[in-house]
Amino acid sequence: MTKSLEISELAFAYPDGHQALFGVNLSLNKGERVALLGPNGAGKTTLVMHLNGILKTMQGSVKVAGQIVDAEDKEAISEIRHKVGIVFQDPDDQLFMPTVGEDVAFGPYNAGVRGEALEGAVREALELVGMYDFVDRPPHHLSFGQRRRVAVATVLAMKPEILVMDEPSSNLDPTSRRELADIVRSLDITLLMVTHDLPFALELCERSVILSGGIIVADGDTREILSDSKLLSAHRLELPRGFHL
Amino acid sequence: MAIATPITRVSSYVAYFGLIFSAIVMAKLPIKTVAARSLIEIPFVLFALLMPFFGTGDRVEVIGLSLYKEGLIAGTGIIAKGTLGILTAIVLSSTTTARELLRGLETLRVPNLIIQIATFMLRYMNVVNDEMERMRIARASRGFEATGMRHWKVLANSAGALFIRSYERGERVHLAMVSRGYTGAMPQDQLHRVSLLQFAQGFSLPIVAALISLALAVIG
Repeated sequence: MTKSLEISELAFAYPDGHQALFGVNLSLNKGERVALLGPNGAGKTTLVMHLNGILKTMQGSVKVAGQIVDAEDKEAISEIRHKVGIVFQDPDDQLFMPTVGEDVAFGPYNAGVRGEALEGAVREALELVGMYDFVDRPPHHLSFGQRRRVAVATVLAMKPEILVMDEPSSNLDPTSRRELADIVRSLDITLLMVTHDLPFALELCERSVILSGGIIVADGDTREILSDSKLLSAHRLELPRGFHL
Repeated sequence: MAIATPITRVSSYVAYFGLIFSAIVMAKLPIKTVAARSLIEIPFVLFALLMPFFGTGDRVEVIGLSLYKEGLIAGTGIIAKGTLGILTAIVLSSTTTARELLRGLETLRVPNLIIQIATFMLRYMNVVNDEMERMRIARASRGFEATGMRHWKVLANSAGALFIRSYERGERVHLAMVSRGYTGAMPQDQLHRVSLLQFAQGFSLPIVAALISLALAVIG
């Protein structure tokens, strides 16, 4: 079986000399939901930027559905970008078109989808997140939780092989957070979720990995990882007070 | 049409005003809104009111004032044409959303780059505005009040910070666009098509105005 994502020995240093990744190994099976945990500055965002070739691989390799991510190869990279759907943290960064519908159409349009097929893709994606009624609304008229859901739809419309979410539960009120969890659970897709929200990770992901200091320091069953308080505290992670597994 | 019509042909102007008022009534625009938005014209009106007092040539007596004829005609022209222009702009902006205006410009083949810039401005004006407002509240919450020149430095710093934040947001937006396959061209709108009826409605106003202008030119 081809893996949705295969990262091996990935290392990266920024132009100013700061090294963020020191040899990351991670692979995701198709349909798996994995939480990527780690303290601030662990290299999580840097890792995410490698998944669709925004940052050029310096050492090691990243493969999406068996295809190598090579930022140099313009044609291959556009294919990769349609396979890897990244939901960024601030929905205002993600939703840049004047209306919700146009924004959701942006990705499929760039992939060459037109006409009725495009309308269908927009409808399907917005229905998955329960936001089709808002198709003609400008994003700034929506609540934060609604914008986050639309941001997820913009990516789902591209029918990606793997969905990457950066801090999906941040700034959400408890109800929006639960609604988002329900949506994520209903999707049949490989998911890599970058988060500090450990209960949210436990709720959605059977497997978790901890990225700390630019390497993967733990990889396994979410419940087991979260019950190892020594491991967590060694990497500046902790469960909310009063939370029991 | 109004611009090309000499102001001395009064009947045309009566007809133009009749036309634009009927458009306002048909569009069911609240008179209050129209009146409030018309206030923008005031500086031009003041300027036009001064014109009859300065000039050369023939003078006429109007309610005891000795005015220059040419200035009077030019001033009336400015007020009449300006008011017509503003009323038309108000009708357009209150019946058409900014987004639809941009789509229209796109159809009229305005360069894509300009459309893109205007589209992003439209989208992010609120976001940047909110950010500015949050910064103002944060300043005020720590006891800052801009009262004099001494405070300009703080305001300038805020403006700089806002600029940098917006610049960084621009970078993040670009990243999000690239991640979804952006290669330099924005999608042509596929979701909205304009019907013939809408075209006809849109063109009705200028066409009627043109007919009035032609008819009265022939008669008068």
